[in-house]
Amino acid sequence: MSLEQIGITVLWVFLYGYLIVASIDFGAGFYSYYGRVIGIESVIGPIISRYLSPVWEVTNVFLVFFFVGIVGFFPETAYYYGTALLVPGSIALILLAIRGSFYAFANYGARKSNLYLLAYGATGLLIPAALSTVFTISEGGYMSVDGGTVTLHMDELFFSSYSWAVVLLAMSSVLFISSTFLTYYAGHAEDKRALEWLRSFALWGGVPTIISSLFVFIALRNHNLEHFENALNIWWMFALSLVSFIIAYWLIWRRRNYGTAFIMVMLQFAFAFFGYGISHLPYLLYPYLLLSTSVTNVIMGRALVITFLLGLVLLIPALVLLLRLFLFNAKYVKGETS
Amino acid sequence: MDTLDWSRGLTEMTLAFHILFATIGVGIPVFISIAEFIGIRKKDQHYLLMARRWTRGFVITVAVGVVTGTCIGLLLSLLWPQFMRFAGNVISLPLFLETFAFFFEAIFLGIYLYTWNRFSNPYIHWLITLPIVIGASASALFITMVNAFMNTPQGFTLENGRLTHLDPLAAMFNPATPSKVAHVLSSAYLTSAFVLAMIAAFAMLRGRDNEYNRKSIRLTMVTGLILAAATIWIGDSSAVFLAKAQPEKLAAAEWHFETSSKAPLVIGGRIDPETNEVSGAITIPWALSILATHDPNGTVIGLNDIPRDEWPPLYVHYLFDSMVGIGFYLLGISFLFLIMTWVKRWNAYNRWILIGILAGGPLSLLAIELGWFYAEVGRQPWILRGYMRVSDAATTNPHVGTTFWMFAALYLLLGVLCLFVLSRLFRNKPAELELEERRIIL
Repeated sequence: MSLEQIGITVLWVFLYGYLIVASIDFGAGFYSYYGRVIGIESVIGPIISRYLSPVWEVTNVFLVFFFVGIVGFFPETAYYYGTALLVPGSIALILLAIRGSFYAFANYGARKSNLYLLAYGATGLLIPAALSTVFTISEGGYMSVDGGTVTLHMDELFFSSYSWAVVLLAMSSVLFISSTFLTYYAGHAEDKRALEWLRSFALWGGVPTIISSLFVFIALRNHNLEHFENALNIWWMFALSLVSFIIAYWLIWRRRNYGTAFIMVMLQFAFAFFGYGISHLPYLLYPYLLLSTSVTNVIMGRALVITFLLGLVLLIPALVLLLRLFLFNAKYVKGETS
Repeated sequence: MDTLDWSRGLTEMTLAFHILFATIGVGIPVFISIAEFIGIRKKDQHYLLMARRWTRGFVITVAVGVVTGTCIGLLLSLLWPQFMRFAGNVISLPLFLETFAFFFEAIFLGIYLYTWNRFSNPYIHWLITLPIVIGASASALFITMVNAFMNTPQGFTLENGRLTHLDPLAAMFNPATPSKVAHVLSSAYLTSAFVLAMIAAFAMLRGRDNEYNRKSIRLTMVTGLILAAATIWIGDSSAVFLAKAQPEKLAAAEWHFETSSKAPLVIGGRIDPETNEVSGAITIPWALSILATHDPNGTVIGLNDIPRDEWPPLYVHYLFDSMVGIGFYLLGISFLFLIMTWVKRWNAYNRWILIGILAGGPLSLLAIELGWFYAEVGRQPWILRGYMRVSDAATTNPHVGTTFWMFAALYLLLGVLCLFVLSRLFRNKPAELELEERRIIL
């Protein structure tokens, strides 16, 4: 593999990691607020906070890792995306900041507050919407490069059916991924009442996810035919994604193997996300930025790859420890340790 | 104001807000670790409670530090896209390493928080503080390397406006790195010592004179004295370094215009913006030469040898003087406290000393701000000294002004809420109540 391919693969894997962990987090925030509104907070609240408490900070790092990594491997992206995304990027940042700090305020501060929880729940849906604009503009057509400056056309972005399809997909995916994970977690904790609620959220969440992903395909065809045709060339990846979804949905429907069901959901999004990524190439930003021409200097690229591998040696055992202590520790999951 | 001014303003505001939390975030884990270790070692419940209470407040500040750190990380590309495109090739390695250190810290902080009673051997829980300390200090190390690189860039050749022949390690270990990293770390630990001492001093001034608060002050003041001395010593070597590598920054801080030996040190005073004549200052002969070269006859380069359009703003003099002044104040107050505890018949915990320690908290945070403003404004007009001016690096997006106000509102909200949550956290559950709950005898 060439350097730029290694770089984009590493980054894409991390972005996928963020997609999964952040979706669980964002969706959980939304469900805990929704739970309070419909009066089932005491049922699903403990499960959600037991999962979130030790991992909320780690989630954020995946995102930081991605945007530091992409600027490192592909400095040209800093120029194009950096200039264009000032406003949407800042909005996403502000929402992330509110969310992260309000989580700490609400959980480690003295009192539970409705307002903190509302902010936490609302940002859970708004952040994915804001972040997904990056994918939208990467398809081209929403910005112009003229001489020395890059301009994003906010109005075109706002009135485009493709961008709304992506937003819809982002929000419904967040809710679906999160509810399937929490279903598994509640099952693991043998918490029957929470399980029933979360299972119903998962079943309801699956439908809009699939519908909106169809919308995205249709809208992409109208918006960027070249990308759409590339996607058709690897149609089998999207087919595998659909198959994984059907298996996951069926398992949850039949109340069986929630763990396997969640792995299937992860596969569903892995196939779709990597399929999308592969078909997007060779462009990082259609049609201005090519993968091959925006890559960093070879020496720096190599240094980054080496660092990345060394970093993984440190990170993977640490992550495994975290998971074993909190995710796969039956006592902790059931809330038996203080 | 044009886009450049707004971009500078937003970056300044974000960093000024972030470094308060970042500094505490780097320093406090060290003290949590020390307190828990002493507590386990001496079987002293007071220190164990100290570690717990400090951790509880620490998490709140970490959260704000993390989110504002994410902001500045992304704002670098949003506000300075030309700079990142130009220098991203060289600085991405330390930036990348910084996120690894941060990742490491985040994982272990989560583990530390939720495993207080999980292990039968208490030292295992204490061991978890070590990766937190290492992660926090390592991220300060790497991010300071990036900043040091912007001051003394090296490890590349400039060819047709692009950087080639990169040497990432040379870029990271540039001349400014050692003194900058050392100063950042020691001042972060020092500030954290005084912030923690401030809390205990405040409780004692409110009449809660007990062994818990006394132990807390004693621990932080002993370490505070050592750290203050170390910070001043490292600060001195930074000045020596500046005299050699960035003479314009030191000259601007000292209002030193004519290159000369036996250069006098100028403290305080006023400057005439037209003629650059200094009035009302305390002038100590030879002192600047001694400070900058460790030799009274040493030659110190003056601003007049630097092209006028490469001068930093001259107000950095006040920032520098105030920072140094606070440094000596912190050294003095911790020294005074320890002398008083040494002599048995004096009461080291008297009202005035406590007020002095209390003031040390906000003052040390102020010194951090002043020091960073000096370091950053002192390298104006450059973003990459000698290679790229700030004015060539800013974004061309016209909406920076709006963004500035959005972030201003965010920081105001976070600042107010953070103070509110922290004060309520400790007011509702004072240490005395918790000692009683845990059946620890005062």
